[in-house]
Amino acid sequence: MSATDIQDPNRRDFLYVATGMAAVVGAGAVAWPFIDQMRPDASTLALASVEVDVSSLTPGMSLVVKWRGKPVVVRNRTEQEMKDGEAVSLAELKDPLARNANLPADAPATDANRTMPGKEAWIVMVQVCTHLGCIPLGQEGEFGGWFCPCHGSVYDTSGRVRGGPAPENMSVPVFQFISDTKIRIG
Amino acid sequence: MSEGHSTYTPKTGIGRWFDARMPLPRLVYDSFVAYPVPRNLNYAWTFGGILALMLTAQMLTGIVLAMHYAADSTLAFDSVEKIMRDVNSGWLLRYMHSNGASFFFVAVYIHIFRGLYYGSYKAPRELLWILGCIIYLLMMATGFMGYVLPWGQMSFWGATVITGFFSAIPLVGEWIQQLLLGGFAVDNPTLNRFFSLHYLLPFMIAGVVVLHIWALHVVGQSNPTGIEVKSKTDTVAFTPYATIKDAFGMLVFLFIFAYFVFYLPNFLGHPDNYVVADPLKTPAHIVPEWYFLPFYAILRAITFNIGPINSKLGGVLAMFGSIAMLFLVPWLDTSKVRSAVYRPWYKLFFWLFVIDAVLLGWLGSQPAEGSYVFMAQMATLFYFAFFLVVLPVLGLIETPRRLPNSITEAVLEKNKGGGGGHPARATAAPETKS
Repeated sequence: MSATDIQDPNRRDFLYVATGMAAVVGAGAVAWPFIDQMRPDASTLALASVEVDVSSLTPGMSLVVKWRGKPVVVRNRTEQEMKDGEAVSLAELKDPLARNANLPADAPATDANRTMPGKEAWIVMVQVCTHLGCIPLGQEGEFGGWFCPCHGSVYDTSGRVRGGPAPENMSVPVFQFISDTKIRIG
Repeated sequence: MSEGHSTYTPKTGIGRWFDARMPLPRLVYDSFVAYPVPRNLNYAWTFGGILALMLTAQMLTGIVLAMHYAADSTLAFDSVEKIMRDVNSGWLLRYMHSNGASFFFVAVYIHIFRGLYYGSYKAPRELLWILGCIIYLLMMATGFMGYVLPWGQMSFWGATVITGFFSAIPLVGEWIQQLLLGGFAVDNPTLNRFFSLHYLLPFMIAGVVVLHIWALHVVGQSNPTGIEVKSKTDTVAFTPYATIKDAFGMLVFLFIFAYFVFYLPNFLGHPDNYVVADPLKTPAHIVPEWYFLPFYAILRAITFNIGPINSKLGGVLAMFGSIAMLFLVPWLDTSKVRSAVYRPWYKLFFWLFVIDAVLLGWLGSQPAEGSYVFMAQMATLFYFAFFLVVLPVLGLIETPRRLPNSITEAVLEKNKGGGGGHPARATAAPETKS
C-alpha cells in the first residue's frame, strides 16, 4: 500500500499541469505575431490627419476628402437644411447618440451636437453607411439628407439615421477649424 | 475498405515490391476499382466526382493565372486585363477559372440537395455530411476572396459589405474588421491577404475532401432507396460501373460548362466589375456573385430590431444561422426513413424548400425596397421553418410508404413495373453476364 500513499494531487500532477501551462503560453506567444501582423500597419496609421480648404464652399455645397481610406464629407448646409435638422425631436431618432468624436460618448444626437459650436452650418462626417459600409448618396432620400443605395438606409440633413437597416448615425470624426476657411480632420 | 480485407493481388514483380513497402496501388485499387457501390445509384450521385474534377480544374487554372496576376491595388485591375488581352490563352484560362467557380457551386448545390432529398446525412453518415458542410464553407470563403482579386467595383464593394458583417459583433467587432482589412477600409493590405488566402484555401479544401472521401469509404455510399447494402447482390464494383457513369456525367457537365466559357463567359458575372475599384463611389446596386444571393437576401430581410439585437447584428446572425442549419440537419431530422422516395410529405416540403431557396436567390438580386423586403422576410421564415419545424415534426407524424427489403428487391420491382423496359438487365446477380 505504500506506493498509493502518495497524496493526490502529488508533485507529478503539479509538474504535468505546469508543463502544460508553459506550453500553452508558449504557443500563444508564438501565435500572436501571426495574428498581430494582420492589424493596420504603421504606414496606414500614419495617414491620420488631413487639412481641407473649404473657402470655396457656399451654402448648399459639399466636398469629399479621403481620410483613412474613407470618404469624409464637408457640407456647408443651407438655412432650410439646418432648420430641418433642428426641428427633429430626439424621440424620433433611431439612434439617440450624437456619435461625435469631439463630444462625450453619451452626448444626445441634437442637431447642434452633430456640428461644431459657432459653426452649425457645417457638417463634417465620415460618409460611410453604418450598416455595411457603403457610401450614401448626398441630398437624396425622404429627409433630404443622405440615402444609401445598397440596403436602403435613410439619413437626415445632419447625418442621423432615420430609416432602413443602419443602426447608428454616421460618425463625426475628430476635426477642428484651424482658420475660417481651413479644417483639419483627424 | 469498410470490410477490412483487400482483394488486390499485384501481378508484376514491381507491383509486389511496391505492395510490400508502400501499398499505394492497393489503396487506389481498393478505393476506386474493387470498391463496392450500390447498384441503384442514379446520376445525382455523379456530382461527387464532378466536384473533384472542378476542384482540380480550379487549382490548375488558378495556379497559372497567379503567374500573370499582380496582387497590388494599383496593378491588379490592369493585370487582369493584361491576362485577357496579352497573355497567350489568358482569356480562356481566366474564363475557365471565373466560370469554373460558378459551375463548382452549381455542382455543390446539386450535391447538397441530393443529400437532403435522399437523407444521406443520417446515421452513420453525420460526420461525412459535416465534413461536406465544412468544404462548402471553405468554398464560400475562397469564392468570395477570389472575386475581390480583379479589383473591380463589385470586388471592392462586395469586400466592404462582407467584411462589414464583422463590425456587427458587439465589443470586438471593429477590431476583428480591422484585422481582416489591415486598415480602416478595403485597400491594398486587404487585397494582398485575400490573394494569399485565396491561394491557400483550395489546398485546405483538398485536405478536407480527403477526409470526406475517407469517411465515405468507411460507411459506404447511400443510395436512392436509403436502405443499407445487405448482400453482395446489392452492389456492383466501382470500376467499370461507377467510373463510366461518373465519366459520362462529367462529360455532360463539362459540355454545359464549355458552352458558358465560350459563348456566355460574362453571363454569370457583373458588368460593374469591369470598372476599376473606386473607394469614393458605391455602385448603385451592390450584388454578390449569384451563388451567395440566397444568403444575401436573408441578410437584408432583417430590417427590424429583435429585443437587444439591432437589425444589423440580427441580419448577420440570420445569415450565418442559415448556413449553421445545414450542420444541424442530421439531428433536426427525426425520421427513421432516409429517402424522400418513401416519405410523401417530406418530398413535398423538400421541393418547396428548393423553390424557396431559388426564390431567395432571386430576391437577393433585387433591390431591397418595397414588396421585395416583405417577400424576402416570408421566404427567410420558411427557410428556417423547414429546418427547425418541418424536419423535426414531420419525422414524428408522417407515415412513410412501405420500404423494400433490399436494394436488389427495389431494383427488380421497379424494372418489373417499368412495362418491359430492360427486363434482362435487372438480374439478381448484376455482375454475372447472362
